[in-house]
Amino acid sequence: MSCIEARGLRKSFGNTVALDGLDLRVQEGRILGIIGPNGAGKTTALNAILGLTPYQGELRVLGRDPWTERDLLMCDVSFIADVAVLPRWIRVWQLLDYVAGVHPRFDRSKAEAFLAKTSIHSTSKVRHLSKGMVTQLHLAVVMAMDARLLVLDEPTLGLDILYRKQFYDSLLNDYFDQRRTILVATHQVDEIQHVLTDVMFIHLGRVVLSCSMDQFESRYVEVSVRPEKVEAARVLKPVNERQALGRSVLLFDGIDRQKLGEFGDVRTPSIADVFVALLGDRPGHAQGAAS
Amino acid sequence: MNAETNVVAQSRVASPEAEGAWIAFGRRMYWSVKREVWENRSIYLAPLAVAAVFLLGFLVRSSRSLNMHAAGLTTVEQATVFAQTFDLAALVLMGTTFVVALFYCIEALQGERRDRSILFWKSLPVSDGVTVLSKAIVPLLLLPLLTFAITFATQCIMLLLSAVILLASGQSLAMLSHLSLGQRWVGLFSHVVGGHGLWYAPIYGFLLLVSAWARRAAFLWAVLPPLAIGVLEKILFNTSHFASMLGSRIAGADTSPAMATGVTPMVHGMPLEHFASPGFWIGLALTAACLWGAVRLRRYRGPN
Repeated sequence: MSCIEARGLRKSFGNTVALDGLDLRVQEGRILGIIGPNGAGKTTALNAILGLTPYQGELRVLGRDPWTERDLLMCDVSFIADVAVLPRWIRVWQLLDYVAGVHPRFDRSKAEAFLAKTSIHSTSKVRHLSKGMVTQLHLAVVMAMDARLLVLDEPTLGLDILYRKQFYDSLLNDYFDQRRTILVATHQVDEIQHVLTDVMFIHLGRVVLSCSMDQFESRYVEVSVRPEKVEAARVLKPVNERQALGRSVLLFDGIDRQKLGEFGDVRTPSIADVFVALLGDRPGHAQGAAS
Repeated sequence: MNAETNVVAQSRVASPEAEGAWIAFGRRMYWSVKREVWENRSIYLAPLAVAAVFLLGFLVRSSRSLNMHAAGLTTVEQATVFAQTFDLAALVLMGTTFVVALFYCIEALQGERRDRSILFWKSLPVSDGVTVLSKAIVPLLLLPLLTFAITFATQCIMLLLSAVILLASGQSLAMLSHLSLGQRWVGLFSHVVGGHGLWYAPIYGFLLLVSAWARRAAFLWAVLPPLAIGVLEKILFNTSHFASMLGSRIAGADTSPAMATGVTPMVHGMPLEHFASPGFWIGLALTAACLWGAVRLRRYRGPN
């Protein structure tokens, strides 16, 4: 069953087109990373999926229209929109009380068990917690909701590496299972590469690349080409060429690995490598407005 | 996909509806109002603090005056003097909670956008309607009830203190029986709920609307447009209907002379004909329109 299905999603703010006919299909039980430069339309796409903004085009989330059926949808969807959106005045016990009061499938003991592993006290105010602790607290609340779709928009921005790693480890080990679907939009591409099952690049409101990580790894090959082989390698039409340590590094899409082995050292590129290769030279990147 | 997982999926999707929207509505409303009180502790701290200060002042003054002047006055005169202080307590507390309500409304829907916590509130299954309504309930119902409860408690303490002082100075308690307490408290109740809750409702509604609309400086947006309308009317037509309309809304009520004196209506409560006046109902309709607008704004406007 598709968890999210979007066709021709459009949204503009004045003259700025944020979503320009976005197509998207996410199956249940996947972890999709949405990668794009600032202003690519990531947040707008997530806001449309969450029913936070009206849009044009077709969109179904868990079989519902997110704009008209938002209140019902929110029983099955949870999201962390940004670091530090928890109200600063609230105390931890108040937060848990409130969510338990309004959410039909919130398991308070789960959240408390998770918090017990941290140094967050139930009487603490959010304003007195560090940024990393606030994220832990938010994660504890979200993981205790029995939601089918979790949407994360830059959930770890500004956190140190330990908190970031812990965040995704908890998500994978304590939360994710085959019934749930997770959508992550982030700039910190490399850290989540091993977490994802699918990846999507968007740029200027359109999908540039969309594939599973298995496909991604078999499609893209990076070769550090020996100087004498560069011309021969270029014939195979690399999608990108860069210089590193005095050698030409060529990125190929859909070319047989064995064949490429003749030119030099072959390796699987990271998401970030392919992202830079595909989007680095595109027009519009330099002017990328804040998303 | 096989049939079994289909059924599972369907039952999961259907469960929020099956839970019964009505009960869920009441529960969500309860927690949302509770959240407002957690966030805005001035709702109860401000009137409590004022009550405490008032009681202190009352204690100091009455320990002197009841002794000194009591001898020269008849019981009825004593009761009149006492009743004035009694009503003053109510007046001061009502003024306090009115100011609290104004500031609460102006902040209610702007603050959550300013600190972006609206993104968290919107991640929960609580609709914009429930949220706005829960914020409106605070000045419309919660604060009036609280005002009554705190005033009632304050006045009871005043009675107790006076009784102690009277007895200690060897005087009779006869004066206290002239206060017609039952009537006073019934009057007070209908005055705070009817007047401070419902008659003032359009003021709160307007402020909540401004709070949902203004990106910043909500206070200015709340004050300047009415001021501008009043000034323009004066310049263009040399009339002041708008100002007098606003004035009568804030001063309490229409034409009845009892209203003008301030204290008297509190004793007698809201006259029934007041609830039948078109101004009352127009005000409520206006409130509903403002709240509807605030819900739409919270729904359509992005969080930033």
